[in-house]
Amino acid sequence: MIRVSNLSKNFTLHNQGGTVLPVMRGADLTVMPGECVGLIGASGAGKSTLMRMIWGNYLAASGSIMVGDLDVVQAEPRQIIALRRATLGYVSQFLRVVPRVPTLDVVAEPLLVLGTPQDQARARAADLLSRLNIPERLWSLSPTTFSGGEQQRVNIARGFAHPYPALLLDEPTASLDAANRAVVLSLIQEAKARGAAILGIFHDEAARAQVCDRFVDVGSFTPKPQGAAA
Amino acid sequence: MTLMQPVALDTPLLAVRGLTKRYGPRIGCADISFDLWPGEVLGIVGESGSGKSTLLSCLAGHLRPDEGEVIFATEDGPRDVLQMAEAERRRLARSDWAFVHQNPRDGLRMGVTAGGNVGERLMAVGARHYGDIRARATDWLGRVEIAVERIDDRPSAFSGGMQQRLQIARNLVTGPRLVFMDEPTGGLDVSVQARLLDLLRGLVREMGLSAIIVTHDLAVVRLLADRLMVMKSGRVVEQGLTDQVLDDPQHAYTQLLVSSVLQV
Repeated sequence: MIRVSNLSKNFTLHNQGGTVLPVMRGADLTVMPGECVGLIGASGAGKSTLMRMIWGNYLAASGSIMVGDLDVVQAEPRQIIALRRATLGYVSQFLRVVPRVPTLDVVAEPLLVLGTPQDQARARAADLLSRLNIPERLWSLSPTTFSGGEQQRVNIARGFAHPYPALLLDEPTASLDAANRAVVLSLIQEAKARGAAILGIFHDEAARAQVCDRFVDVGSFTPKPQGAAA
Repeated sequence: MTLMQPVALDTPLLAVRGLTKRYGPRIGCADISFDLWPGEVLGIVGESGSGKSTLLSCLAGHLRPDEGEVIFATEDGPRDVLQMAEAERRRLARSDWAFVHQNPRDGLRMGVTAGGNVGERLMAVGARHYGDIRARATDWLGRVEIAVERIDDRPSAFSGGMQQRLQIARNLVTGPRLVFMDEPTGGLDVSVQARLLDLLRGLVREMGLSAIIVTHDLAVVRLLADRLMVMKSGRVVEQGLTDQVLDDPQHAYTQLLVSSVLQV
């Protein structure tokens, strides 16, 4: 479902004398339907960078990223927009929403943009928020004022609202207590069971041992220091 | 992309090619080309004087560009708007387009009631039945969260945020396919901005609108726009998916723009 081949990435810092930082070389990985692959590697090795390139908000220098039958590296913006609507989900570490929108609607939105009737979308959102222990009295409020852990859970509910065939999870269990961590892990297991291909970053070793089928060490894609790379 | 309007998704709603406007020896905007697809929101950002408002005015027919094509997918197929007769272009602007000005005073008739401001647009496209017009005006005031008992008040008695919402109702009541917006949240308090953003997002989704939004506010485009064009000195220096341009800017100017935003 997700196939990354010979991917590389540079950052060019135009406002710091045009410094070019090579951050990734020859990245390869595959995620099959029903499989959860964990990205591992030291902080700064490029785990989030790789994930953002698959999501399409970081540009690749070369290589290919197939998600289904679309190559994200070559795709037009509108193809990536369509991919994100129906096929590829992403739970980032930050919740970014229009202030004032009620939590229930924030979670239901991915379903609404796909044309799901409002009552159905809201019922699904309510179900997820209950499972993630967000008290019902908060559903009509904007999540912008919630605590970090609550925002994280709203973000997860939103990411799991639509059954995406491919999912990217950036530290979905960080800042959660044991009970909520267990809920997130069972959501991941359920998504695998329905055939979703999942790529995740988990710092929590117990969590990753529980849901990941394999690991990919991003450190092996880190370019050699100055001069060693062609 | 929209479920509301069965439009051809393989044809851009608007195709702009080589659009150039000069002010004497100076460049307003130069060699602008892009496609806007049905249901898509395009943000145009850049600092004051970068040519973004000039571009918007050329697209909307308020300014005559010196060169280029603006091809709109009309009901009868793609047509270059710049080659149309004035009367025909005005008809298109009334039925298929809308323009939301930064200052609501430029887009409203201040001496006419709120209901009249909305109803007038319906009459301009042929509505004649008073009861229907009043009913639709009332419905739209509700959609933009203006209390129905204010229907007979003049906009001069409204707050800035209410005036802006009224301007949006006046523009969208006729069900346009393309909306041009010039700094729609400029000059409003942040709390009022949030409300307006929420409203605009809901309307874009429900009506399947395409929109072009000019702003200097990167937070606004992050939340509203699918795609972004960055302008500097009259030219497009970078374009792409909104989050890609903001999170991984490629051009020196965009990097400067993104890194200059104050974090709250």
